[in-house]
Amino acid sequence: MTRFMRCLQVLAITLTISACSGIQPWVQPYERDRLADPIMSFERDPVSAAYLQKLYDIREGARGASGGSGGGCGCN
Amino acid sequence: MDVLYHYYEGGGITVEGPSVLVRKQLGESFSVQAKYHVDTISGASIDVITTASPYREERTELAGTLDYLRGDTLLSVGIVTSDENDYKGRSFNIGVSQEVFAAMTTLSMGYVRGSDEIGRTGEPDFREELDRHSWRLGVTQVVSRNMLAELAFETITDKGFLNNPYRQVRYLDPESGRGYGFQAELYPRRRTSNAVALRARYHLPYRAAVHAEYRYFSDDWGIDAHSTRIGYTHATLPRVILDLQYRYYTQGAADFWSDLYPFRSAQNFLARDKELSRYDSHSVRMGVSYELFTARWAMFDRGTVNLTYDWITADYRDFRDLRVNVDVPGDEPTYSLSANVFQVFFSFWF
Repeated sequence: MTRFMRCLQVLAITLTISACSGIQPWVQPYERDRLADPIMSFERDPVSAAYLQKLYDIREGARGASGGSGGGCGCN
Repeated sequence: MDVLYHYYEGGGITVEGPSVLVRKQLGESFSVQAKYHVDTISGASIDVITTASPYREERTELAGTLDYLRGDTLLSVGIVTSDENDYKGRSFNIGVSQEVFAAMTTLSMGYVRGSDEIGRTGEPDFREELDRHSWRLGVTQVVSRNMLAELAFETITDKGFLNNPYRQVRYLDPESGRGYGFQAELYPRRRTSNAVALRARYHLPYRAAVHAEYRYFSDDWGIDAHSTRIGYTHATLPRVILDLQYRYYTQGAADFWSDLYPFRSAQNFLARDKELSRYDSHSVRMGVSYELFTARWAMFDRGTVNLTYDWITADYRDFRDLRVNVDVPGDEPTYSLSANVFQVFFSFWF
């Protein structure tokens, strides 16, 4: 748990630094045509992906962080 | 709308059934989603054969989700119910995702509360409960005009009845003809696990993408697991998309796990489930997707038919195959299984 919390702290610090450092978006919306391609989706077929993940979860000791956490490429 | 039929065959059992997902936009800001999934199970796994325990025959899952989009924020709430003759699962989930940094970054978080009731076939008075809390956090990042990456964390805590009410462990018993006896397994009543995953997709100069993923898992039962996945997606011909994927998974055993205990009730906690043992697994997936029509047809804007095949193998390092008779308990060969998974599904957009 301690190791996990440390990872979360590193992530929070990294996000805070990047938010304050004046970095500009380096990929403009008109440059995201490839990112918007369905083949770039982390979960192109959600029903199929959920079924297969369930199959793994039942048969394996590990679980969690298996995708479907949302988000995309900002292509709208 | 997705309509799927799935078929799993491996380790002596067959699981098959339909799965239907319908999603509908309601106005500008809302969408609703409903899912119906059935697993019909038949056959006898290694656990059934060696300890004569019964197995579940059918599981029905119903799920509903409501999404609300406001600006760059997406809110989701949902419920899931799962019913078997001896197991009822109920869960509630809520999630939020927010685009920031000119939509270069998407932050997401979610919470799931699950509440299960466990029974045992033939024993109407047997009733146990299990509570589950899950928290997840995700960051999706546009890395370049060709690359997306995602970092995800998830913590899950369980409290209640965590073992299988039918499964048994074995222990050395010189008075038994075969040299060992069986007793019911006994798990701790709490479990906390953490998982972190990093995944990325890269668009190649032509219409194809490669993807890779690594996940590390750890829990307070002593299980550490690593899984890696690499894949290639290729849009070929005008309407065809091909998928090829390889996955490797390896895990250590729970601290209290043993294939053969030295005597009856040798420890506070007892487990012989192969799912908690030390093992490696390899999987290969092949898939093809074909776009049925590109112009509007009847009430549909788009439609695809998809076929996937997964070949999964698992080699258990310490879990022994008790179907083989040997002179000395513990000398049995280790167990391995090979499974075939087929899915055929249609997706329609309307």
